[in-house]
Amino acid sequence: MAGESHHTGSPSALVRVSHGTVVRGTSTIWSDLNLEVFPGEFTAILGPNGSGKSTLLQVLLGRMPLAGGSAEVIGAAPGARRADIGYLPQHRAITAAERIRAIDIVGLGLTGARWGFRIPGTGTAEARRERAQIHEALDLVGASHYAQRAFGELSGGEQQRILIAQAIVRKPAFLLLDEPLDSLDLPTQASVVALIREVCTHQQIGVLLVAHDVNPLLTALDQVLYIANGHALQGAVDQVITSSQLSALFGMPIEVLTAADGRRVVIGTPDAPHHHGHRHSDGHGHG
Amino acid sequence: MSGYLLPAIIAGSTIAVACGIVGWFIVLRSQVFAADALSHFAFTGAIAGLVIGISPQLGVFGCTIACGALLAAIAGRTLADDLTIGIGVTWVLGLGVLALAILSRNGNEGTGAATALFGSINTLTGVDAVIAASIAAVVIGVIAVIGRPLLYASLNPVAAHARGVPVRLLNALAFIALATVVAEATQALGALLLLALIAAPAGAAHHLAHRPAAGIGIAAGIGIASVWVGLAISYCMPTLPASSAIATVAAAAFAAAALIATLRRSPARRARRHSVITHTH
Repeated sequence: MAGESHHTGSPSALVRVSHGTVVRGTSTIWSDLNLEVFPGEFTAILGPNGSGKSTLLQVLLGRMPLAGGSAEVIGAAPGARRADIGYLPQHRAITAAERIRAIDIVGLGLTGARWGFRIPGTGTAEARRERAQIHEALDLVGASHYAQRAFGELSGGEQQRILIAQAIVRKPAFLLLDEPLDSLDLPTQASVVALIREVCTHQQIGVLLVAHDVNPLLTALDQVLYIANGHALQGAVDQVITSSQLSALFGMPIEVLTAADGRRVVIGTPDAPHHHGHRHSDGHGHG
Repeated sequence: MSGYLLPAIIAGSTIAVACGIVGWFIVLRSQVFAADALSHFAFTGAIAGLVIGISPQLGVFGCTIACGALLAAIAGRTLADDLTIGIGVTWVLGLGVLALAILSRNGNEGTGAATALFGSINTLTGVDAVIAASIAAVVIGVIAVIGRPLLYASLNPVAAHARGVPVRLLNALAFIALATVVAEATQALGALLLLALIAAPAGAAHHLAHRPAAGIGIAAGIGIASVWVGLAISYCMPTLPASSAIATVAAAAFAAAALIATLRRSPARRARRHSVITHTH
């Protein structure tokens, strides 16, 4: 895995947050958060609901300021390079997309921010280039054979692949995925994780993925960033995902088991919504 | 062709195209209820216009677009919810009833209210037709410019916002475009029936085409066809009002499209279920 080979402080980091602090109202969401993501590196942001995982995405998208520390995205201030970031939000207006062809939904990722329309038959060279780029994205996520169908006719996993294609169709340097495994069954989760890993490696895209359960991701990840109780912990999987590190961070006993084939399983993280007691800042923005 | 039919055809066709195009986005965005609400505002505007003594047309445009802008402002980044719209509708409709009471106390009810409710496409003049065509052209031009970002903002608002698409502004513009076509359609179809030209052709188009450009074209086409066929039927059967003939044709087109979509889907489903089974083995 790529994580070990990078040196902190290398100038090619796509994302660099140092000693970041976010304050909402009078409460601190998290403080002293450090994060570096390099091209081709797959990082998961983990932690209980309401710990401020999505807040970190808002910071990186330039939609929420840091109260302390510094953040840089693709060598510029957050928000400055938004066209080079692929973003898959958690809440999508799926019902509106029901009757729209999947390939057109992917195309919006490329041309959706453009005003006006092209008169049919003009600008054919550019149109051809755009079409090729859309088909390339569809090929990459393995969605070419159902791209002509309406979005609503696709399965949950197929829909997620289409939305990932929409997020990567511009060939972004950096990809943000907010809970992309939500409401998918286990085999589909595994195949989506494998797809993200492949896109990450082959396109040399830096990937940040928000999740509340680490287990479906463990074998694919380069590094993790845990956020809990206002603190954050970043590192390679085998450094951070240990019983002692996680128990200290969460302030409760957490077990990390190693299966016979070397795979880890994390037991006891307060990941589901039924654990409100540990929230650092109750009532302030979910995730 | 008799003299009154030409303005009716020109006004009706251009209104139908604008309604079809705007309606396609409204159906996509599940805002048909907002369109219905705006038609009630149009009624109140018409009666208020008569009470104040300005033309009912000005009253319709003023009230509908002002209320549309208000809804847009309330809606903000998300869409206005049904509860807010529903309460707003009944309140404004109450004002319309009040205006109607004032009007009848002055011994002046009757035709004005009936025109506002049911429209009078066959009494439109050449000037009316030119005004209708101009307004439709402006609305179509605006949608041509904002269409693609509006589609992105409708299907994936959070991602569009992150890319720098002004989602709030687009939501507001969609409301105002809708209010404009509602006001324009009131003249032809009346407040009670104008939804027929906004929802039915667009709903049929969503059943028939999954490609946005094709869907928008089909919505406009079904709208025009509904107006022409409706006018023709009412020309042959003078007892049948043109607006009710147009609404009937549009509803029939929607029903036919829904039927076609159902028939088309069932073999596709069967084929897909089959392919899923073979893939797992």
